[in-house]
Amino acid sequence: MTNKAEIYKSLGLTDDEYKLIIGHLNREPNDLELAMFSVMWSEHCSYKSSRIHLKRLPTQGENVLVGPGENAGVIDVGDNLAIALRIESHNHPSAIEPTQGAATGAGGILRDIFTMGARPIALMDPLYVGPLNQPRHRWHLEGIVRGISNYGNSVGVPTVGGEIHFDGCYSGNPLVNVACVGVLEKDKLVLGQASGIGNRAILLGSTTGRDGIGGVSVLASASFDTDSSDTEKLPSVQVGDPYEEKRLIEACLELIQKNLAVGIQDLGGAGLTCATSETAARANLGMDVDISKVHLRETDMTPIEIMTSESQERMLAIVTEDNMDEVLKIAGKWEITASVIGVVTAPIDSVGYLRIFDGYNNEPIAVTPAKSLADEAPLYDRPKSEPKVQEVVFPSELNFGILNDQYGGNDRAEKSTGKNSNLNIDIKSDLFNMLLKPEWIFKQYDHQLFLNTIVSPGNGAAVLRLAAPGIKKTDKAISLTTDGNPKWCAVDPYWGTYLTAVEALTNITITGSVPQAIINCLNFGSPENPEVMWQFSQSIDGLKAACEDFNVPVVGGNVSFYNSTDNIDIDPTPVIGAIGLHPNISKIVKISDELLDDNKEFEFYVVNGPDILLQDKAFSLSGSIWATQLHGYNGGVLPTIDTNETKNFLKNIAEIVRNPDLGIVQIEDISQGGLLLALAEMLIRFNELKSSKQQLLSDLQRIDGSTAELKLDGILGVRLVETLSINSLFSELPGRAIVQVTKDNLQSFEDALKLNSVRYYPLGSSESDKIIINNEINVDVKEMIEHYRNSLSDYMS
Amino acid sequence: MPKTVGIVVFPGTNCEFDVAEAVEKVGGKYKFIFHSQTDLTDVDSIVIAGGFAHGDYLRPGAIARFSPIIEAVEQFAQSQKAVVGICNGFQVLTEAGLLPGALQKNAGLTFLCQPTVLNVTSTNTPFTSKLKLNSKVKLYINHFSGNYTCDDQTLNELKKNDQIILTYENNPNGSTENIAGICNENRNIIGLMPHPERAISDFLDSRDGLDFFNSLIQ
Repeated sequence: MTNKAEIYKSLGLTDDEYKLIIGHLNREPNDLELAMFSVMWSEHCSYKSSRIHLKRLPTQGENVLVGPGENAGVIDVGDNLAIALRIESHNHPSAIEPTQGAATGAGGILRDIFTMGARPIALMDPLYVGPLNQPRHRWHLEGIVRGISNYGNSVGVPTVGGEIHFDGCYSGNPLVNVACVGVLEKDKLVLGQASGIGNRAILLGSTTGRDGIGGVSVLASASFDTDSSDTEKLPSVQVGDPYEEKRLIEACLELIQKNLAVGIQDLGGAGLTCATSETAARANLGMDVDISKVHLRETDMTPIEIMTSESQERMLAIVTEDNMDEVLKIAGKWEITASVIGVVTAPIDSVGYLRIFDGYNNEPIAVTPAKSLADEAPLYDRPKSEPKVQEVVFPSELNFGILNDQYGGNDRAEKSTGKNSNLNIDIKSDLFNMLLKPEWIFKQYDHQLFLNTIVSPGNGAAVLRLAAPGIKKTDKAISLTTDGNPKWCAVDPYWGTYLTAVEALTNITITGSVPQAIINCLNFGSPENPEVMWQFSQSIDGLKAACEDFNVPVVGGNVSFYNSTDNIDIDPTPVIGAIGLHPNISKIVKISDELLDDNKEFEFYVVNGPDILLQDKAFSLSGSIWATQLHGYNGGVLPTIDTNETKNFLKNIAEIVRNPDLGIVQIEDISQGGLLLALAEMLIRFNELKSSKQQLLSDLQRIDGSTAELKLDGILGVRLVETLSINSLFSELPGRAIVQVTKDNLQSFEDALKLNSVRYYPLGSSESDKIIINNEINVDVKEMIEHYRNSLSDYMS
Repeated sequence: MPKTVGIVVFPGTNCEFDVAEAVEKVGGKYKFIFHSQTDLTDVDSIVIAGGFAHGDYLRPGAIARFSPIIEAVEQFAQSQKAVVGICNGFQVLTEAGLLPGALQKNAGLTFLCQPTVLNVTSTNTPFTSKLKLNSKVKLYINHFSGNYTCDDQTLNELKKNDQIILTYENNPNGSTENIAGICNENRNIIGLMPHPERAISDFLDSRDGLDFFNSLIQ
């Protein structure tokens, strides 16, 4: 018994869990069964610490075809088309081996999408790493980007966006989240179910090797300790093979297109154990699996290794006997190895059993109810406790949301006090320190394949034509965004998450799209730390409130716990992905060439929110980049939004943006970095476009014999309205946008906002070369652009 | 009768759908030709599309040159019909010895997906005939190994025979003499690293790619 206890404990199972297994089997499990339970009941596979909280999220919607629980969420987008979407983390593998960790993250999420019958058309990669002044963090970023680039480009799915955050809390545990979107014809939707007694289970794709054994249960449930050598964990990280995956995509889509698969499921965490037990459990049936039929990479693999291997690029298809030959033929065409490894069986006393054989002529080597593995892991309501708030002293000239209890009314704020200080704030240098040009990252990604990318990476939400190879083209578009703001969530995980969702929905609507669904990737520290569990539970409640307030369903998600280094948990990092639907690609805002003429004049507005000229409590600096990362002020009370006004803004702004008669040049959401950074990014985008147009023109002139220099003439700047406070400039109150409008159309633009009761405030007028703030600070736009251009490449090249 | 473009698909090719869309956009027809096929009788020209043929783990195009289709393409080219290799297709054509030189890793050793400005330096090929000589076009590149390299003798031949058809205005990848595209001495086999099929509509930032496909289906 001691021996057995040692084994199950080393597999990560507790005494109570072991007793539960005995209850499910009515006997002691053998070693294989124990291994299968341990991987299926791991945190990663079973969501045992998070499931009771995730249940609170709203998942219903008229457009929802498949909600959370399947391989991916699926929404109806009309025209007999549907979209499959999902987000996942690959944090722990990427900490150890950034390139392969990130690559296999992309591979895994792609399989979740095409297993639904959808052609993957886009990847998004939100990344969180330590500050780049340390070589290890540069190694992380370089490797992660290389991994996504190698895999995504080669497998032939464009990476159309993402985000990048730097913070010390990700020092030893970078976060690599990856979202994927696919398009399918609604009637081709396939679920991961092993229905039809007598149907065959065919394993398609890569050979099964010893790589990644115990990956999910060991890695994703382990925190990193810098004292121990990471190399000890190397064997658990899988190696990606994008070429195998590319052929697997084509083969699987072909057999789905030809209606040859009853059900299909990818092999991810917990490998064969997971795919066989989950497909059987979903169909309320059983399955007999013969591991001697599994095509192997190595000799002498034990049944435990075969059943728990996490070798990449494998799929399990459930196929009728009649279609088997045709499926094997398609596999042959795409040079995919296919083995018939199992058969769907009838339930016994209404229990579907997963039985594992090593040769059908022998006695089974494992027998367990499929549902016990797939669905019946214990659920934990782990203890939660609200962290103690540190006493923080803020300069009294600035508003951190604590001077008035009208907003928030959070008693945590009482512990903070104001103190007079002679602040010496350099607005220009603060702005420059926040600039980051992500081009070094996204130019390594093929972001154009399939000719759908209308708004490319680095410009807010990505906008793609709704189309895919093999599927009819439409005039519709989809908008995609992933947003996270861990600094907000560190201050207040409830409002931080709520506001992050507002940010994501704002990003979607300002492209002219109507939000359709939300996905989430919840990256947190150790669930065994009650403070982390409190953060997690608060975060879920915040997301729930936002989804209910703005009426958007959650169709999928992922939880990644145990993100910490040296026992210090990361800031709570819920990443919110959102998708929107745009009715007409011809009405997407793009800066047209004629707007780049020098003599054009523009007006800039802030849309929605309180008056930017007032010292409104809503403009709290709490949780902002300016406060936390530049000036070291942590805590306070987050900015607060007016829910009804924001609802109205989100409801109406998409239609306003789509109106071509309002003179809208570009629109940018206000979030991280605040109003000033958003404005700076708009000016940079406008001037870079102008420069690239002039460059092409001047090149033309040069070949004609003239001597035009490559330079930017007529740089666009802005003179801002006066008396903007530091709070107004740097508060990250979301649910707002800056709009650049041509002077000729001001009236119609303002009328449209008035008509829809959306508040707006003039922010400034176009000016040559400079941003002029409060009539005294001049920021040279050319200098700003040069600083911006070198912000990331200085470190990375 | 619209011309039919045969688009070669290796396992790992991924730009075939985009090339097909470009061909259709200019009024041409297309047909996908899987790498194991050898029958090219009903197509008027061939495009070897971009991607990662056979995974490109060894060296881009190094395995693809052994696919059955390559011998058929070689014979097809002998009849003076047009054969165009875009990106990975260019790499395959150099590996197969149908075009001179080689494509090495980019000088910066990273993948590059970015716009480039190109000089049209020869319009005397079936893929550039509708372009304006010495004009500029804006096309995206999307490659890890686009650094065109050849020996001096080859370079002299290329120059002497007007075989350099496209050059980069700002060399992004270290290519010899800014070379972005070349043709063979008979002018009917063309290879280029930039992707004209990605520049066929306003929302893709450039329409400059249309003229290439207009040339091809004439």
